[in-house]
Amino acid sequence: MRVLAPLAFLVLLAAAVAVPGLFTAVDPLAADPAAALAPPGGAHWLGSDHLGRDVLARVVYGARHSISIGVAATGLAVTAGVLLGLAAGLSPRWLDEALARSFDTLSTLPELLLALLVVAIAGPGTGSVIFAIAVAQVPTYARVVRAQTFVVRRSGYVEQAVTFGRSRAAIVAGHVLPNVLGAIPVLATIGLGTAVIATSGLSFLGMGPQPPAAEWGSMLSEARNYLRVAWWQALFPGAAITLTVICLTVTGRRMQRRFEGRTP
Amino acid sequence: MIRRLLAGVAVMWAAATAAYLALLLAPGDTVDILVGDGPDTPEIRAGIIAEWGLDRPEVVQYLAYLGRLLRGDLGRSYQSQRGVGEILAGQVWPTAQLTLAAAATGVALAGVIALVTAGRGRWSRTAASAAELVSVSVPPFLVGIVLLSVFSFTLGWFPVSGAAGPEALVLPALALGLPIAGVLGQVLRDGLERALEQPFAVTARARGLTERALVARHALRHALLPVVTLAGWFTGTLLGGAVITEVLFGRPGLGQVAMQAVTGGDLPVVMAVVLLSAVVYVTISTLLDLAYRVIDPRVRA
Repeated sequence: MRVLAPLAFLVLLAAAVAVPGLFTAVDPLAADPAAALAPPGGAHWLGSDHLGRDVLARVVYGARHSISIGVAATGLAVTAGVLLGLAAGLSPRWLDEALARSFDTLSTLPELLLALLVVAIAGPGTGSVIFAIAVAQVPTYARVVRAQTFVVRRSGYVEQAVTFGRSRAAIVAGHVLPNVLGAIPVLATIGLGTAVIATSGLSFLGMGPQPPAAEWGSMLSEARNYLRVAWWQALFPGAAITLTVICLTVTGRRMQRRFEGRTP
Repeated sequence: MIRRLLAGVAVMWAAATAAYLALLLAPGDTVDILVGDGPDTPEIRAGIIAEWGLDRPEVVQYLAYLGRLLRGDLGRSYQSQRGVGEILAGQVWPTAQLTLAAAATGVALAGVIALVTAGRGRWSRTAASAAELVSVSVPPFLVGIVLLSVFSFTLGWFPVSGAAGPEALVLPALALGLPIAGVLGQVLRDGLERALEQPFAVTARARGLTERALVARHALRHALLPVVTLAGWFTGTLLGGAVITEVLFGRPGLGQVAMQAVTGGDLPVVMAVVLLSAVVYVTISTLLDLAYRVIDPRVRA
């Protein structure tokens, strides 16, 4: 039970992202001023917000924005991180040194401030948020892949492939790349959790998907003006973010334990 | 030592250069931004270009920019035409107050968590790691929202927004400090438990030291080491979280300034805040590296 709960929640979440209609028949954007700020129960299971929109429908449809931004940002960061890390690990010393220093520089800037800089340049919106979070997370993956590349390139099987006269490109693609990717799924699972938090933070600040789109962070931002009268408007999107990140972190850490327990 | 300082300087230079490149890459013509809603004639444009030196080659502009930074000149705001340094100067103190209070709260709570739960068996371990899991998984602004609705709206103990008086600092500092306390507490606790199993702990106990004296005089020093290496994460979380916390609690500060600048496309201001936080980050991590040498004499050898 304890083992399956986080995974089960993540599967439900994936279903909500793919087919939100499964969980609610209500339009998340349908406003009904007459039913504004209705408490949970009756027509609105989780209550309604200040415009009379259904909170349940908005939380369900909000998964689509929050999760897909997180997944896109993580995917972009992993791709760029693996390529840059691999490039650094295989480059001559000076280039490697320069790349490693630029990863260091990037990670001295707090993720959120870096994201604000990106948004200031590119303007608010989904694309900016994805790019901003990805830029901030690239160093995490690049560093791990770089370190692993150093190990793999000195390994016996790479040496053997060289003796067999295989081309450099074939060795990198066939032997180095698959063997430096080992830790990436674990890091990416935990990183997705971080990305979901960052997405909600940026949306909370009004940098993400623009209203009336339902997104967990921007729902919280709207809800904060009605805290005194409508706790449900803040509670449910907040709980959705927290549960998602807890499940991702727990799953990631379990994978990590299994990964580290494996004898090399 | 000197190597460490040089590395810090190199990182700062790279950050400044990255910020400059970001400015160059920004869409929209700088002259257009500077003209803004004001009268737009070729003469005014020419005047702006001459005044800001926009007609010089990029390399010269870049070197001039680095030179200005070295003299502490952060440039001028597009929006208000005032010096960025002047705009930021008045906002540093509220943000420093908030982050220092949050850091103190976080460290103090972490210490309490670690001292209360270390070496007390399975249940306390489970409780401490649950606290850690929740604190890395809850977005910091959600902590703030919960605190606001309980202590300001329901109980009415603290003001809802603003920065008037020390009581206005309590909730923001807690909101920013709690997530740190969870993670730090867990790390400190693990360190303490490991230290208490070391041979030196057995020796100290054999010498008749009480458990409390053992922790205070010997184990804590060992437990602090992994905490020091977390300092980077700690600083970043505080600086980034300060932006959201200031917006949520309506406090003045660098975060508010940065937010307004982002909304208004005022890049020199945004960049200055980012650079300032990079300076703080590099300074703190350099200082802590030095602290590491003091705490752990083995590193010096």
